[in-house]
Amino acid sequence: MSENRAVQSPPDELHSQTMQLTMGPSHPAMHGIIEIRLVLDGEKVMQAEVEIGYLHRAFEKSCEQGGWNNAFPYTDRLNYVSPLINNVGYAMAVEKLLGIQTTERCNTIRVLMSELSRVTDHMTCIGASAMELGAMSVFLYLMKAREFLYDLVEAVTGARLTISYLRVGGVKADLPEGFAPRTRKAIADSREVLSEVDKLLTRNRIFVDRMQGTGVCTKEQAISYGITGPFLRSTGIDFDVRKANPYLIYDQLDWDVPIGSVGDNYDRYLVRMAEIEQSFRIVEQCLGRMPEGPLNVDAEGKQMAPETMVDLAKLGRTEGLIQRPVLVEPTLEGSQRARAQIVNVYDRRVVLPPKEETYASIEGLMNHFKIIMSGHGIRPPAGEAYQAVEGANGELGFYVVSDGGDRPWRVRCRPPCFPIMALLSELLVGEMVADIVPTFGSVNMIGGELDR
Amino acid sequence: MSESAGANPILERLQQRFGDRIRSTHDFRGDATATVDPAAIVAICDWLRSEPGLELDILMDLTAVDYLQRRPRFEVVYHLYSLKHRHRLRLKVPADGEAPEVPSLTGLWRGANWYEREVYDLFGIRFSGHPDLRRILLYPEFVGHPLRKDYPYNKRQPRLPPRSGGGAQVT
Amino acid sequence: MGIGDRGLAGQAEAGAVHAGEGGWVSSKLDAAVAWARRWSLFQYPFVTACCGMEYMSLVSAHYDVDRFGAALPRFSPRQADVLFVVGTISHKIAPVLKNVYEQMCEPKWVVAFGVCTCTGGFYDNYATVQGIDTIVPVDLYIPGCPPTPEMVLDGIMKLQAKIDRQKQELV
Repeated sequence: MSENRAVQSPPDELHSQTMQLTMGPSHPAMHGIIEIRLVLDGEKVMQAEVEIGYLHRAFEKSCEQGGWNNAFPYTDRLNYVSPLINNVGYAMAVEKLLGIQTTERCNTIRVLMSELSRVTDHMTCIGASAMELGAMSVFLYLMKAREFLYDLVEAVTGARLTISYLRVGGVKADLPEGFAPRTRKAIADSREVLSEVDKLLTRNRIFVDRMQGTGVCTKEQAISYGITGPFLRSTGIDFDVRKANPYLIYDQLDWDVPIGSVGDNYDRYLVRMAEIEQSFRIVEQCLGRMPEGPLNVDAEGKQMAPETMVDLAKLGRTEGLIQRPVLVEPTLEGSQRARAQIVNVYDRRVVLPPKEETYASIEGLMNHFKIIMSGHGIRPPAGEAYQAVEGANGELGFYVVSDGGDRPWRVRCRPPCFPIMALLSELLVGEMVADIVPTFGSVNMIGGELDR
Repeated sequence: MSESAGANPILERLQQRFGDRIRSTHDFRGDATATVDPAAIVAICDWLRSEPGLELDILMDLTAVDYLQRRPRFEVVYHLYSLKHRHRLRLKVPADGEAPEVPSLTGLWRGANWYEREVYDLFGIRFSGHPDLRRILLYPEFVGHPLRKDYPYNKRQPRLPPRSGGGAQVT
Repeated sequence: MGIGDRGLAGQAEAGAVHAGEGGWVSSKLDAAVAWARRWSLFQYPFVTACCGMEYMSLVSAHYDVDRFGAALPRFSPRQADVLFVVGTISHKIAPVLKNVYEQMCEPKWVVAFGVCTCTGGFYDNYATVQGIDTIVPVDLYIPGCPPTPEMVLDGIMKLQAKIDRQKQELV
């Protein structure tokens, strides 16, 4: 950055000056773009001012432009390291507005995918902040572990990062074949990596010296700023939306909430590591209790390939077609009837009909049309709803307002890292320049969520 | 929105204490909501925060909605949460006119500072008593308040001049 | 490597006027310098958004951009050759991007990583620059939202081929 000009001497004998330093907005720490304007006295921070908004991409206005399902790609890009949690939050807010209950299997899938997303977020946070403290190997190991999880996410949703997996009333499609053993293997491999990381960092003298005692946040500060998530839990307050106001199936699973005590960076690191383990516990329980529905009726020799059905339907030869069972890949959106119905809620105003109905019957086609075409689409009743889910950084709330039309009137995302960033300038004052790096790293600022 | 507080205990107690300042309440989908007079919002929040049994001590969210054709045009929406009792409340304050203004909550919660800056930035609603009301997500040269319904979504912006200064300076 | 298997004929493309200008020695020198430059790319990762996650995957062990000699990021524009613009550029950060680009020394290349930098992506709105080529000249466009690391590696190989074809200024 720049040379340190203060000298350790009595101030009244030597003329010293404060120095202004701007960290960012193009920041080497791979957290995105934040500008921190510092006034330094040597190494000590006298004033800090945080400037955000460099990634404002008009999320809230974008959601108002299309249908209710069209907002999902925008929600992916909020907290882009844990995109499934954002999808879940928005979907649940709209479902609350509509007053519909999703199926058990859908809820289990949502919880499973949310927890995998939470793990990727914590891994990225720990990896990036460790790298900034010099632990490059930890970053590489955690990215390797993250790849295991990205492979799983890709198998289910088709994409690694920006998945748009959820739909109002359900998820895009079912889990693929062989998902459970793959997940168990990925979790086992990730646990190995995490134990290596633990050995490298948790009792590492340098890491502990830099993280312990820096960035201390008191309970009073956290409450006054409205901070939630690992940041709040590291101060000792036990608040996790999944336990306090349970949603989906979290109250039926057996898991714990790690709590810190001091509220410094080291506590936040420990809380995040412990939360990864708890998330794995949740995922394993979900795999064990995944509700199966009625599968396909026995179709010896009678199953047809989907291309055949589509061709026949386009030629208008739909007589008796709806009785024919079709072999459809489970991860295809709107997949076959039996699987679609255990995954998506049976509500024709909201959820696409299964592909057999769309192609083989006029009612299915009309239903599909009424949901997809602009001017039609999902129409929640006029009103407002707020749904909070536990994001990786804290309470991620979606406040949706409907005017009864097919487009959202207002979609508000309550970003969990926004209040933490508001607190950041207070945390930095009085610390050294070198303490900014671990403190900012433990905030886990995600630009997409902060600036929306 | 109905006038009755319904069966929601928070709304009932709020109605009892501040009856004349509450314009309406509703309980749609289980979310206790009350629309209150702008002048009373600070007193109401202060009471809600300290009242035993309610103790809504966290300001979870502060945002606004632009109901273009309706009067009052804007509503500033507050979401409060209680750590102890795990319940929520939504408060709404109407704002209207050419220069809508609402009292600031920065005296009660320091987190309100940035939330209110954001509402000012995107909606143009001012908060009286706010120590430092300026844009937060957009840049100072930006003209307009984009989240208002009459601001076009894909309006093109003029290029900003290059930034001067920045970096290390000595004061 | 690339030196022996490209004859003079293969270099008669736009921008590579080797034959007839000093002849054999300068073309061999050009090829050597091009080889050195393409296999030692020092990137300045101007990371803003979601593409940054794929960038992190790219530089990590699984996809390993180090095989291309491009692993070491240089966080000072003075020391970097390639400006990887990773993620959406909003109007607020655009002057900073221009500043960073101008601070880089020749030879420099710009990679537009992700569709937000190529054309603005699906953020066709008031806040986003519709493609960074409105601000800085771009050498390589990698579309994708975000592009998978394999796509980026393919893009880096195309950038290397481009560096190969260019006339290498030495002074």
